[in-house]
Amino acid sequence: MKKKIKSQNIIKSKETSTPLVDVRNLKQYFDIQMGLFRSKPLKAVDDVSFTIGHGETLGLVGESGCGKTTVGRSVLHLYDITDGEIYFNGKEIKGKTSIEKFRKESTMVFQDPYSSLNPRMTVADIIGEPLDIHKMYKDEKERNEKILELMDYVGLNSEHAARYAHEFSGGQRQRIGIARALAINPSFIVADEPVSALDVSIQAQVINMFEELQNSLHLSYLFIAHDLLVVRHISDRIAVMYLGKIVEMGSTEDLYNKPLHPYSQSLISAVPVPDPNYARKHKRIILEGDIPSPLNAPSGCPFRTRCPYAKDICAESMPEFEEASTEHFIACHRWQDIN
Amino acid sequence: MKKNPLSMHIDADKFLPATDEEKEYLVKMRPSSTFFKDSIRRLKKNKIAMLAFFTIVIIILATIFVPLFWPYSYEQQLGLTPGKPVDASYLNLSPFEYGTTELEKIEAGERVFPHVFGTDGQGRDYFIRVIYGARISLLVGFFASIIVLVIGLTVGSIAGYVGGKVDLVIMRIVDVIYSLPEMLMVILIASVLRVTLAPIIEGTVLAKIGSNIISLFIVFAILYWVSMARLVRGQILSLREQEYVLAARAAGAKGSWIIRKHLIPNTISVIFISTALQIPSAIFTESYLSFLGLGVNAPMPSLGSLASDALNGINSYPYRLIIPAVVISLIVLSLNLFGDGLRDAFDPKLSE
Ligand SMILES: Nc1ncnc2c1ncn2[C@@H]1O[C@H](COP(=O)(O)OP(=O)(O)OP(=O)(O)O)[C@@H](O)[C@H]1O
Ligand code: SF4
Ligand SMILES: [Mg+2]
Repeated sequence: MKKKIKSQNIIKSKETSTPLVDVRNLKQYFDIQMGLFRSKPLKAVDDVSFTIGHGETLGLVGESGCGKTTVGRSVLHLYDITDGEIYFNGKEIKGKTSIEKFRKESTMVFQDPYSSLNPRMTVADIIGEPLDIHKMYKDEKERNEKILELMDYVGLNSEHAARYAHEFSGGQRQRIGIARALAINPSFIVADEPVSALDVSIQAQVINMFEELQNSLHLSYLFIAHDLLVVRHISDRIAVMYLGKIVEMGSTEDLYNKPLHPYSQSLISAVPVPDPNYARKHKRIILEGDIPSPLNAPSGCPFRTRCPYAKDICAESMPEFEEASTEHFIACHRWQDIN
Repeated sequence: MKKNPLSMHIDADKFLPATDEEKEYLVKMRPSSTFFKDSIRRLKKNKIAMLAFFTIVIIILATIFVPLFWPYSYEQQLGLTPGKPVDASYLNLSPFEYGTTELEKIEAGERVFPHVFGTDGQGRDYFIRVIYGARISLLVGFFASIIVLVIGLTVGSIAGYVGGKVDLVIMRIVDVIYSLPEMLMVILIASVLRVTLAPIIEGTVLAKIGSNIISLFIVFAILYWVSMARLVRGQILSLREQEYVLAARAAGAKGSWIIRKHLIPNTISVIFISTALQIPSAIFTESYLSFLGLGVNAPMPSLGSLASDALNGINSYPYRLIIPAVVISLIVLSLNLFGDGLRDAFDPKLSE
């Protein structure tokens, strides 16, 4: 009986299609002290909007320093957001009580498997920390059972429960981090480059685990990565970020087969392809120069300093986000000319 | 089978399957407050640190309890009886020698408590003066470190937590204090304070402690907190970057939880150790100030002033310099070794 009600709920939410996470015009500025009396805002995230459906994965890609981590942390309200709204299950997350409730539904897996685990705590205590915070058990026995169950779930040997995290390899540490994330039984996980610090052979294992967990637990992911190959496999949709802004967003298919933004095109051309005919036809686009500092971002289109198609208009105004085809959004003045 | 000790053959006996008991041990989970207990366990295994610890404890106990039963006081001039000329036989006694009146008593069958380290140039029992000196030195060292700890911890945490302009201002002040010539400032502040403080504290409880010691504490409060503040700030800044703190926040942890579970366990060892190391440095500072006549008020002894007094008679009574010097060394060495032991015990990454 109970199960039925639950599945009805899911169907209902799909029907009304309220996304699980709805981020609107998110801005995250950091004050950078430029001396005793001068400070300057660093626009790490500047006007970003996206949605993530139930059980869906949105991949977020971009170069190092473009603001991916900041997006992930702001969405989870780990920073005081400068501006914008975040809706979860249709309700705005704002104010202390709603954030506290939100914390039991959402969590994060971190980029660095070393600094994300407290070296002073045993594996059992690390995984059990969210349980301890929310007192999600009756007694010590239930706590230990839950921890062992979580360890089992992510493929960790329960004999390791009493060890310290520094005794483990990167892949195992990341599994510990995932077990901790699953402890509160979340529905939304921000995975911040969970595999970029791992060996390639282990990356596939961990990504497969993310997929299996998603299927069995009906999770939604904001999956951050700096290379497209990783997100391609796991994402339903992909958002490409550049200098604090999302420049293109669409289904994984669309983004791979017909990227519209010059920056996305350069990213995708950099992905090695197994088909030599395709590779010959599509030459690699190599970008010149570095990503500018977000402290002095260029006027107009943030990409114009490196864009091969840049014209005067690109310096004058910021291109609007427009829908090129269904569910495929782009922010570029000249996308129609280019493609 | 007897095995050649040089043989490279692997001993098959080492590869027996684990017994049920061993498996049980591996699977068993430890209770959740493991970290502190583990550290104490590691500390107890460290023999040198424990030896140092017991040395400190013995010295501390001696400075507390010896004066309770010792028949002589640190200021009592034994050759001095009211209305009579000074009995010179009590001055500069060697260890276990007695003055004339004491010898008479012994002859009469009475028991007289021996002067274990002899007496000083004014006929005061030297042993009790050393004990008192150690007490004063330890107290100065201990309280100075507490002052440094409290101020450094407060200021450093504020700078690290609040950041921004507050941090900037605090760190500039720290830089300024760092760049002052330390020795000169200590002498300057100490000599100004002892004069100005004396009339202010007269008649209060503080007068008992003596203006010099209080000015010493103030010197510490003004000058020595900076390195502690820097240390604490650095720790907090680096901890703030650690993703496990963010992970706890993402899981809904409050500030107090993060401080208890993450901040304190990860900073306490460093702070502990530098506090422990602050004590000997404070004892040294007290010693050289006493040497310059800026230390404790006479007749109160400290190990430093005892050593500097002994310089006058170094040829005839070298042991009077050696004894306080040895005590200072013992205290300082023990504190350092114990500090090292603490660091090893509280940092699982370094030990084993
Ligand atoms: N707490 C902070 N205070 C000030 N500036 C910050 C802070 N966090 C991030 N930034 C700045 O914001 C910008 C975006 O940083 P972010 O970590 O989000 O990038 P990223 O895309 O995750 O990069 P990476 O791939 O290297 O992880 C950077 O310029 C960074 O210096
Ligand atoms: S708006 Fe202009 S500069 Fe920006 S991507 Fe498009 S063409 Fe390039
Ligand atoms: Mg990042």
